[in-house]
Amino acid sequence: MKSVRSPRVKATTKAPTGIAGFDEITGGGLPRGRTTLLVGGPGSGKTILALQFLVHGARACKEPGIFVAFEETSKRIAGNAESFGWNLAELGRKKVFFMDAQPTPDLVQSGNFDLSGMLAALGAQAGEMGARRIVFDALDIVLALMPDAAAKRREVYRLHEWLLAHELTGLITAKAGGDEASSIDQGEFGFMQFMVDCAVILNHSVVVGVSQRNLRVQKYRGSSFDENESPFLIGASGVEVAAAPTLGHARLKVSSERVSSGVERLDTMLGGGYYRGASVLITGFPGTAKTTLSGAFAEAACRRGERTLFVSFDSDSNEVIRDLGSVGIRLARYVKNGRLRMASARTITGSAETYLVRIKTLANEHKARCLVIDPVSTWSKSGSDSSAHSVAERLIDWSKAGGITLVCTSLLDEMSSQTEGGSSLQISTLADTWIHLNYLVQAGERNRGLAIIKSRGTAHSNQVRELILSDAGVTLTDTYTAGGEVLMGTLRWEKERAERVAHEVTEVAGKLKRVRLDAEEAELGVRMKSLQVELEAKQVEKALLARTTETHKGELSRGLTRMGELRGADAAIPVRKSP
Amino acid sequence: MSRRAKSKFKFRLYVAGDAQNSAEAVANLTALCRAYLKDRHSIEVVNVFREPKRALADGILMTPTLVKLAPAPAPRKIVGTLSQTQPVLQALGLETLTVNP
Repeated sequence: MKSVRSPRVKATTKAPTGIAGFDEITGGGLPRGRTTLLVGGPGSGKTILALQFLVHGARACKEPGIFVAFEETSKRIAGNAESFGWNLAELGRKKVFFMDAQPTPDLVQSGNFDLSGMLAALGAQAGEMGARRIVFDALDIVLALMPDAAAKRREVYRLHEWLLAHELTGLITAKAGGDEASSIDQGEFGFMQFMVDCAVILNHSVVVGVSQRNLRVQKYRGSSFDENESPFLIGASGVEVAAAPTLGHARLKVSSERVSSGVERLDTMLGGGYYRGASVLITGFPGTAKTTLSGAFAEAACRRGERTLFVSFDSDSNEVIRDLGSVGIRLARYVKNGRLRMASARTITGSAETYLVRIKTLANEHKARCLVIDPVSTWSKSGSDSSAHSVAERLIDWSKAGGITLVCTSLLDEMSSQTEGGSSLQISTLADTWIHLNYLVQAGERNRGLAIIKSRGTAHSNQVRELILSDAGVTLTDTYTAGGEVLMGTLRWEKERAERVAHEVTEVAGKLKRVRLDAEEAELGVRMKSLQVELEAKQVEKALLARTTETHKGELSRGLTRMGELRGADAAIPVRKSP
Repeated sequence: MSRRAKSKFKFRLYVAGDAQNSAEAVANLTALCRAYLKDRHSIEVVNVFREPKRALADGILMTPTLVKLAPAPAPRKIVGTLSQTQPVLQALGLETLTVNP
């Protein structure tokens, strides 16, 4: 049979599926007017995904659809859909039409046959309701009735051509043997994958005892797509695919507003606090006050009147409130007035994926502006490291997109490993601010130290500070460096005391010196005064002397003139000056 | 058994226009009825291309499909060209009957 190529549909036209994440991976949805093959093992979520595609089309895109059920009865499928809140009854048969096409078990075969009957019936139905989408659920069931591979192939081509002729966006689901998605390459659907325009593989596997669902777009003609496996989840409202954000999605709201970390001196060290919408990572060994620091942040957020969600994976929420109360962080009142929501979970159940979805739901419900996750590192325990890492990555992306300030703590397991970069989730590279808490052992003491390893876009202190927990709260103190080491605890106290004593000594010495100088100054003053008096006396004496000399001289000259007059001397004789 | 065998057979055959397998099925059914159910059968041929709504209502997946509407028990569906006579006879409860002379 000759394959008929589809009438040229614009490659850009896509039929959105309404499945969170899936439309992003495929750049808009399934190829419109073409056929998509969805393969997966039992229980991998094929039917749900297919039905969601139809429901979304009918509800949001004004594209009515037909669901051809080869395996389950339409009643059961509709019942399952109710649990996702899709309410098929409300949509009505005009929008989503179910065709029960389960082969009866007592079906007798004799000679060859084909699917023309069904396609003719569907064609009439599609024309009547103006259907734009169609799902063939579990096509493998009906193909199994075909006697040989050639007949199967023929029927698939017949179906494909029918879809193209009716310009319907088709989604065919088929089972793949076992869990191995790759096994279908050799199976009877191998040729189908060549024929269809888009192929999606669902995979359900168990990694270290944790269920993990993955979705991969194998091919998509005429379109770019995300080729990697993406985890997905069957949540409360249907399938949700965890799409890794692609480049060029510059939709982040960046804020330069600062929010307090809850510790005054830490704010100073960070140049005013964390940025709003930033993600903060607090790493440290057990007992280094990670929870306390994140609790302080939560309290500060509540005090500002911001709705906050605190997720604790380690201990019960009431325990957290009690424990934080002992260091002066009182959260109970904010829980009571509804500003703070505490959630606790054990990591034994569920994969990281599940937790991400739950946290997202909780945060959306609570309209949280600040989010604390303590600790995020437990995620690496559930399932594979790589998936937990991608979850942490998406958590950060998600919180950023929503402008939620995120504080998460991460536990470092190995006491021996003193490397600060040992965060197994590697979110340290993604976080905007990374605060590391450490123990410093000195002189038989273990003291808590805090250092800001990085803080993007912020001038921050490069110094290790000592972190002190008291019933008044968290305080950071100045540290003393001696011989290249930061002094903490009693060593710091000793150093502080020694400095205080030294300061007093210098102060007293200074005072003493001043007194002595004052005395000397006074003495010099006195001496200056007596000399002044002496000087004045001398001056008077000198003036007196000058006057007596003058008088004496006058008398002398007057005497000479008088003497000349008396003698009748010659007037021509010049007057002689006194010697 | 013999009472039931005497009762009248009512068939409906769904065909896809004049497709080859449909034409074969019509021929095979006619031949079979002539051989086993002479004068006690009626055949209605439904063309699914002309009456698709009927095929939809009756849940016809494949063509050709033969539906036995009577006699009781419940309707029976046989798909294919009916070229293999034995399973068809078995399904219709005719396997014990011998060919009419």
